[in-house]
This record gives sequence, structure tokens and C-alpha cells, in this order.
Amino acid sequence: MIRSISNPHMPRLTLLAIMLLTAAGPLAAAPRPPSQVTVTDLPNDDGTGLVIRWNLSPDDTPDAKPRIIGQYNIERKDNDDANAEFELIGEANLGEASLEDKECERGVEYLYRVIAVGLDKSQSEPTVAGKAAAGQLQWIDGSRLWFGVIGLVVCGAVVVFIQIAKSGRELKIRKIAGLEAVDEAVGRATEMGRSVLFIPGILDINDMQTVSGITVLSRVAGLAAEYGAQLDVPTSRSLVMTTARETVQAAYLQAGRPDAYNEDSIYYLTDEQFGYVAAVTGTMVREKPAACFYMGAFFAESLILAETGNSIGAIQVAGTAMPSQLPFFVAACDYTLIGEEFFAASAYLSGEKHQLGSLKGQDLGKLVAVGLMVIGCLLATLAGFSEPDGALSSVVSYLKDHVLGDGGLLL
Amino acid sequence: MKRTIPLLIAAATGFMLILSEFIPLTQSWGRKVMIWFDILAAFAFVLGGANLLKIHLQKISNRRVGWGYSVITVVAFTITMVIGLGKFGVTPSEAFPDFAWSGDYLQEGSGFDWMYQHIYLPLASTMFALLAFYIASAAFRAFRAKNTEAIILLTTAFIVLLGRTYAGIWLTAEPLAWLGQNLFGDAQALAMFRLDVIVDNIMSIFNMAGNRAIMIGIALGIVALSLKVLLGVDRSYLGSEE
Repeated sequence: MIRSISNPHMPRLTLLAIMLLTAAGPLAAAPRPPSQVTVTDLPNDDGTGLVIRWNLSPDDTPDAKPRIIGQYNIERKDNDDANAEFELIGEANLGEASLEDKECERGVEYLYRVIAVGLDKSQSEPTVAGKAAAGQLQWIDGSRLWFGVIGLVVCGAVVVFIQIAKSGRELKIRKIAGLEAVDEAVGRATEMGRSVLFIPGILDINDMQTVSGITVLSRVAGLAAEYGAQLDVPTSRSLVMTTARETVQAAYLQAGRPDAYNEDSIYYLTDEQFGYVAAVTGTMVREKPAACFYMGAFFAESLILAETGNSIGAIQVAGTAMPSQLPFFVAACDYTLIGEEFFAASAYLSGEKHQLGSLKGQDLGKLVAVGLMVIGCLLATLAGFSEPDGALSSVVSYLKDHVLGDGGLLL
Repeated sequence: MKRTIPLLIAAATGFMLILSEFIPLTQSWGRKVMIWFDILAAFAFVLGGANLLKIHLQKISNRRVGWGYSVITVVAFTITMVIGLGKFGVTPSEAFPDFAWSGDYLQEGSGFDWMYQHIYLPLASTMFALLAFYIASAAFRAFRAKNTEAIILLTTAFIVLLGRTYAGIWLTAEPLAWLGQNLFGDAQALAMFRLDVIVDNIMSIFNMAGNRAIMIGIALGIVALSLKVLLGVDRSYLGSEE
């Protein structure tokens, strides 16, 4: 009698072995390589960039389960150097079929190859580019052509109108209530025997809003010196503090009151947004300034500052170019300089004719913008009635994408 | 001279940055020029710290109003600086394991990180949270229906606020679908009057148009002011010659 020897666990072990073999199969094999590697010059750069493109490996499909490809390794070597070896210069994720190499040396020819790397780190055979390539220098960034043209028109207009104003021609500038109120606010603080608080925003001096705020500070400090009012300028950047000190000192000197200038009234608090707000609002509540000026770049702290100023009954004038903060200032302040009004402040307050000319230049820029918009609307409307791929549609898309889009006004 | 040299530096730097936007060859020069500012700002940190100490120590010394706050400021400043510079709780970096101070002071678990996570962040969050109350008080004042404009503002704000909530959709979606079905035989016939659709239209047409007008004005203002600064037409920010 033959006795069969049977292990009760045998079927399960067999199944497990089959599963392991099935699962390990694709992982063990190296992925298939990408194909058709091409290298072209990176447009609009200084000749140090190349774009490497390839066709994805056949194993790189979105629905591949389990995933096989982990990434692509891109390697290059100097084509003119016989001893050069390929070096890794970048990695691309699975599904990506291009990479920009911006670390090239101008004029040097590079040969590239792309390797598909599996999840198990196994590498495919490298696919070498058909030919080597070198970056080409472009003297002008063509993608910014329209931006340059529009910028030149606006800058040209500003310069021309400054010259016209210098020649003595009268220029009519509308009254800006917020700037007219500067005198009133400082005067009121003087009458009440309380201080004037000036906040030049929370960004550094390299931001144009801060520069504009400092020019308004010049006028406020001049008035404070003239009237004998106390001026406080807490800053959140130390470079702004030093600039503000120079400006205020000059204003006091110009007002004939250099002795009244107190350097310590312009002081640094902290770079931290809410730390700054806590310190300033604390000062406001304790010292109750009669006039508060907020001139510069503001973020979430705008409403906290303006509402605190409102609660202590101060007359408040704000100016900023942060559109998201404008509603808060409008709601909580007596006067608000909206966008361009804020940048017009220095010209307006100085009263100098040549500076006022720049405002006229801005107006011409607005005319250009309005003209482009009107033309765009008309063309888009007409294109709606014409063939979808007709000439009008091409003109509209060129206007939208290049003149008004990323290469133009929206750069 | 005191104004001329800074003006020349500003003009040279500014025009270099403008050129680097259009001439690719000068892009790296533009980047270098930007680094100058970072170097200046780094030195300014020392200046700011010294000024902070000077002002608050003077305040404490003269027992001026609120000098107690100055004590807190000076103590907090000193502790933070000592813990940050001393790299308390920082483990050496992998590259230089034998050097006790080689680790990053911002390292997770360091003394500085602990202070940031457990003191600074809660305090900053508290200040930020106050904004909710300030928004309520500002909205109360802004939305008082004093005149026609204020009534339009109030109505628009009410529609946007309601339309942004689930209640707005719930209140209008079903009734309008029922009405559309019964009146026109199409549930979507009156969909344009749904609050969420009205809000989308307000935000993407009226609000967007206003916003863009402001943005264009701002862009032109920045161009004009920058040009005035670079050409030295506006020197009010430079102080006096004396």
C-alpha cells in the first residue's frame, strides 16, 4: 500500500509562491527605455539653456498597475571632450517628457541621454539624443516685446509731460480729498495737543509703496514741524527707519525747525507682522494719537490698525496699492488714497510743476490701456460673428495672449 | 553729494534691473544687484536690534508711560537672541558631527523652534484671530444704509455673503428649479437667478472690472513713480543735502 504524504499547508504555500513570482516579475526586469530624445535651444535666454524632450517609456502609462517607472534621469556630457563622461544633471517625474537644463556653458555642445528608472531603482538602457546641441544667445527677450513697447510708451509719456510741465505750461490736476486732508489731520492733532502717528507699511524700502509712503511722510513731517506737533513713526523694517529718519530730518530742516527734530520718534519695532501690529495698536490705545496715517503696503493687519485708530477717535488717512486691503481702509478710515492716487501723492503734495507732469503721463498710459480694451472688445465681438478660425479670431487671440496677456500687460 | 551718490546708485541699480528684464545677457547682473539689497538688509538687522534696545532701555531708564512693556520687550529680545545664537537644543549637522554649533538654529526640536512653536505662533494667531471682531465692527459701520450708494453696497454684500453659504444655495436652487419646471418646462430655465450664480457673476464681472481698473492705475502709478525716482525727479525720500 502506497501511503500518500500530504502537507495540509501545501496549497497555500504554492499559491503564495505563485503570487510572489507574479509580483516580482515586472519589478525584477529593468524598465523599457524612453525614445526619440531631442535637444533644442531654450528660447529667450542668455545662451545657457537647453530643452531636452523625449517620448515616454512604453512602461510609463498612467494606468500601469503596479507602477513600473519611478522617474527619468537626464545625463549630459561635453561633446567636444573625448574623455568626458555622462553626468546626471536632472531628474524628471514619471509622465514628464521634458526638462530644461539652465546650467549650460554658452557655446559648448552637449550630448544628452535619458534613462528610465524603475521603482526598484533598476535602470533602462540609456537613450542618447540624435545629435549634440549648444545654447544660443538671444540679445532681446522676444516674449517680453509688448511689455517693453507698452512700458516705453508710458515712460516716454511721463518724460515728455515732465518736460512740458517744466516749460511752464499749466496742467490741470483734480483735487484728491485724501491728500487735501493731510493738512487738516496734522492741524487737528496740533490743536488737540496729541501726537501724529505715521505708519509706512510693513514692507521694506525696495517696495515702491514704501517709497511712496515715505514721500507722504516728508509732507506730514514738514507740517508737524511747522505746527509744532509730535510725530511718531514706528517701522517694521530697519532700512525704512533709516530712510524715514533722513526724510523727516530734511523736512524739519526745510521747515526751519531742525531743533525740534527727534530721531527717537522714528523707531524700529519688529519685522514680524503681528508683533508689529500688537506694538503699534498698544501705542495707539495708550497714547491716543489724534491723527493716524497709513501709507504703504499692508496685509491682514490693515483692518486691525484702522479699527483701533477708529476706536480712539483719530482722524485717519490711508493709502495703499494692495487692492485686497482697500475695502478695509475705506470702511475704517476718513480718507483713503486708492491705488494710483497713492502714487500721485508725492507729485501732488510737492506742488512742483515738473512732478505734476508725471501725472499727465500716467493719464496717457490709462488712455492706451482703455484704447486697447475698447479695440479688444470690438474685435472680440466681431470675431464672435465671423468664422472660428478666421483672421479676426487670430488677431483677437494675438491681442489677448501677447499684447494683453503674459507677454504684455499681464507680465 | 549726500543725495547725489545714493541717487546715482539707485539709478544705476534700477536701470540695470529694467535691462535685465529685456536683455537675457544681463539677467545674471540683475540677480547680483538684487543680492546687494539682501546684504544691506542683513546689516540693517543689527541696526534695527540696536535701535530697539536703545529706545526701550531709555524708556525703562526714564520710567516713561508703559515702561513695563519695554521690560518685557527687552527680556524677550535678549532670551530669543541668546537661544537663537547659542543654538540651544540644536544637534550637530551630519556634515560636521564633531562641531556642536554646526546644526541649523531652526532645526525641529531646537530651543528656538520650541519658542517659535509654543510662544510666537500662538501669540501671532491670537492677533490674527482678533481680525474677526474687527471685520464685524467695520462691516457694521460700512453697511449702514445712509444713502443710495450705501444701500447698493449693503444689498450686494448681503447677496454675496448669503450666496457664499450653503443656505444661499439651499434657499434658491430647489424653488427656482420647481418654478422653471412648472413655468417653462425646464428646471434650468431660471438657474441664472440662483444666489450662487448671481454671486459668481458679481465677483467675476462687476468686482473683477473694478479690481482691474484699480490694478491698471496702480501699475501706471508704480511705473511713473519708479521713473521719477530713477531719474531723480522725486528726491523727497533721500533726505537733505546737509
